[in-house]
Amino acid sequence: MNKNLRWRGLTILAVIVLSVWAFYPPAEKVNLGLDLKGGVHLIMRVQTDAALRIETETTVERLGEGLARAGVQYAKLEVTSPTEFVVEGIQSDQAFRQASIEADTIFSRSPGAGRYTYTMRPIISNQLREEAVSQALQTIERRVNELGVVEPIVARYTQADQILVQLPGVTDVVRAKEIIRSTALLELKIVEMGPFPSQEAAQQAYNNNVPPDLEVVPGSEDVAASGGGTPATVYYVVRRVAPITGRDLRNARPSLDENSLPAVGFSLNQDGARRFGQLTEQSIGRQLAIILDSRVVSAPVIQSRITDEGQITGSFTQQEAQDLSLVLRSGALPAPMDFLEERTVGPSLGAESIRAGVTASVGGLTLVVFFMLFYYRLAGFNALTSIVVNLMILLGMMAYLGATMTLPGFAGFILTIGMGVDSNVLIFERIKEELGTAKGVRAAVNAGFDRVWWTIVDTHVASLIGALLLLNFGTGPIRGFATTLIIGLASNVFTAVFVSRTIFEVLLSRRAQLQTLSI
Amino acid sequence: MQIFKNPNFNFIRWRWPALALSIAVILAGAVLMATQGGLPLGIDFSGGTIVVVKFDQDVTEDQVRQSVAGVSGEVGVQQFGAPEDREWLIRLPQTLSDEQGASLEQGSQQIEAALRQAGLPSFEVINREIVGPVIGADLQRRGIYATLASLVAITLYIAVRFRFSFAVGAIAATFHDIFVTLAFLMFFGYELSLNVVAAILTITGYSVNDTIVVFDRVRENLRSMRRDALEQVVNTSVNQTLARTVITAGTTFFAVLALYLFGGDVLRGFAFTMLVGIVSGTYSTVFIASAIAIILSQRRRPSAAPVAAARPETRPGRKARGARAS
Repeated sequence: MNKNLRWRGLTILAVIVLSVWAFYPPAEKVNLGLDLKGGVHLIMRVQTDAALRIETETTVERLGEGLARAGVQYAKLEVTSPTEFVVEGIQSDQAFRQASIEADTIFSRSPGAGRYTYTMRPIISNQLREEAVSQALQTIERRVNELGVVEPIVARYTQADQILVQLPGVTDVVRAKEIIRSTALLELKIVEMGPFPSQEAAQQAYNNNVPPDLEVVPGSEDVAASGGGTPATVYYVVRRVAPITGRDLRNARPSLDENSLPAVGFSLNQDGARRFGQLTEQSIGRQLAIILDSRVVSAPVIQSRITDEGQITGSFTQQEAQDLSLVLRSGALPAPMDFLEERTVGPSLGAESIRAGVTASVGGLTLVVFFMLFYYRLAGFNALTSIVVNLMILLGMMAYLGATMTLPGFAGFILTIGMGVDSNVLIFERIKEELGTAKGVRAAVNAGFDRVWWTIVDTHVASLIGALLLLNFGTGPIRGFATTLIIGLASNVFTAVFVSRTIFEVLLSRRAQLQTLSI
Repeated sequence: MQIFKNPNFNFIRWRWPALALSIAVILAGAVLMATQGGLPLGIDFSGGTIVVVKFDQDVTEDQVRQSVAGVSGEVGVQQFGAPEDREWLIRLPQTLSDEQGASLEQGSQQIEAALRQAGLPSFEVINREIVGPVIGADLQRRGIYATLASLVAITLYIAVRFRFSFAVGAIAATFHDIFVTLAFLMFFGYELSLNVVAAILTITGYSVNDTIVVFDRVRENLRSMRRDALEQVVNTSVNQTLARTVITAGTTFFAVLALYLFGGDVLRGFAFTMLVGIVSGTYSTVFIASAIAIILSQRRRPSAAPVAAARPETRPGRKARGARAS
């Protein structure tokens, strides 16, 4: 019996030491949630439709070229939705089908003759959506890392196309959002005609019939202003297909232009440099449009052959130049993003919340402790011990599992105290009842623990079911609450039964003929 | 020390008035909800914008209200935290123009710009919450699923561990607690937020927890009180566990009261919901759960309640557990 008790005591001691070791010092070991340490929580949606539309447009462009090569006549070839396009007025079905074989791998063609609707195959569209989201995830991750945020979270959120970003400690939300959101699609194209003062003027230059391989792109107001004109949007006509894009970048960094104004310098990789060299050699004296997210940022005249170095000028502030080089380095997003949710907690509110949470927890614990000591006398110490051990295990497990403490997590602490008290009360009340039946103290204690065991199991399982579903339901802070509650419930079974019983038995073993129990 | 010396209150006799009282409270809440178009949803569920700003000098509510009057939409202004903190919460519900995700932050930008132009003392934004309609609808759906799933799972657990009529009694008591809590949230003008739903889910666990303690005792007593009617057995069990029920409810209530008083504005809705839930959970354990378990047991065996009560546990597993205990 005594040996058994010694083992039990050692087990309890080991658990306490391990727990304290796991969470000490708490300021370093316990993860604080965004609501406590401050930061930004964002949920975004990748506009996967845009990625699909690009695929569809590319296919249509290629099909148009193929049909022209094969000399197939048609009246209309048009993209009707992100995953659909139609061809109408086909003269020779057989020739058309032969020339359009390539499109069939990605699209399924409607039956009929002379007019077809092409719909993207579901396998392909799902795959493309998936790719767009995972590319966006990687890109955002790179950008967030470059921002220098400590312990950021970039992960998929419930829906397939949603992304969760958590940036602890970030206070300049506007800038963080701009950096995450900017598509940063860089294209270098030769200007065919322009600039024009309006879109209509650009189209009139082609008799309102702009060839399909050309497009009209707006320029930023600064382009005109830097050319000496009044600030107004100007328009350029450029080729649709970009010879050089952001993918060809090797690096981008803030630099200064010839007037010592902030600019972004970039260098191209080998392949890009070769193509850029060819392009600029052929186009000396023409304008090079530097297009960022479908807007011409600047359109310098090419003076000589350029290979691997270039500069983007515009009226940037230092910060803007820095941010632009950051997003260019991390690559373009495959599709634009929508913001669905934003929660920002300032560090002062976080500190306030910690204070409130700690006050409430300590207040609750004090109330409970006073009551237990007053009502159960010596046994109250027993309950107090098991509650304190419970809280230690809870803290230790949270630190060990890397669980996050949130403001609702404090509520989880308080409820854990409540559950601990409940189990103790359940046992103590039963012991009191059994003491009334005059079987002796030892029998009463044993009966009290034994009879209540299954009740404790049942109550804890029921609470655990609720807590587990809460974990599944909640976002950040609520998950913190659920985690705290789950760990607290599990360790409570150990402390309320094992620890508390061991203390009683130590008391009983000291005095073999105990007649009364202070309970 | 003991609160009750061998209590022997006749709780079961009060079951009909208790049911009537509960139904009255729930109905009152339902009527209020119906007339006011449902429980007000917080921005977690309805979508919208909340900005909390902290001024470095005192401002009056009217000053804040006037400065944001120009912002389109129904702007709400309320003091946040203690007056000496000089913190104000400004709320803007979802408007149709917010449907486009890109313009989601417009509301908060307008509020901040309006405050800046109003010539008030300088301030900092300490909290900004913007929830789009997509997320709001998603959270609504998941909140309902989580609550229903936890109710179903708990019912199944009790049905396996006890008997079906007890499971129905426990779950009826839990529904009772959820509805009473919602009614009180309505009476006191709290809105449904993520934290409040978390509290409601916790209440389901707590309420069932309380009920299980009584039912466990009923199960035990059904073996020793073979000659008594089920009503008698249940009443005795409620009385035997009364001290525990009151002490646990009391201590948990006071612990959560500390949370309500000191936990700050963010957790106030959560704490309030828990407080109501604890009181309702205790009340429903004593009056509702047992009553429904009895009513259901009788309806299924109208003539032979005492006999049926004498041999309720036929599965050997339960016997074994009983034997273990003695």
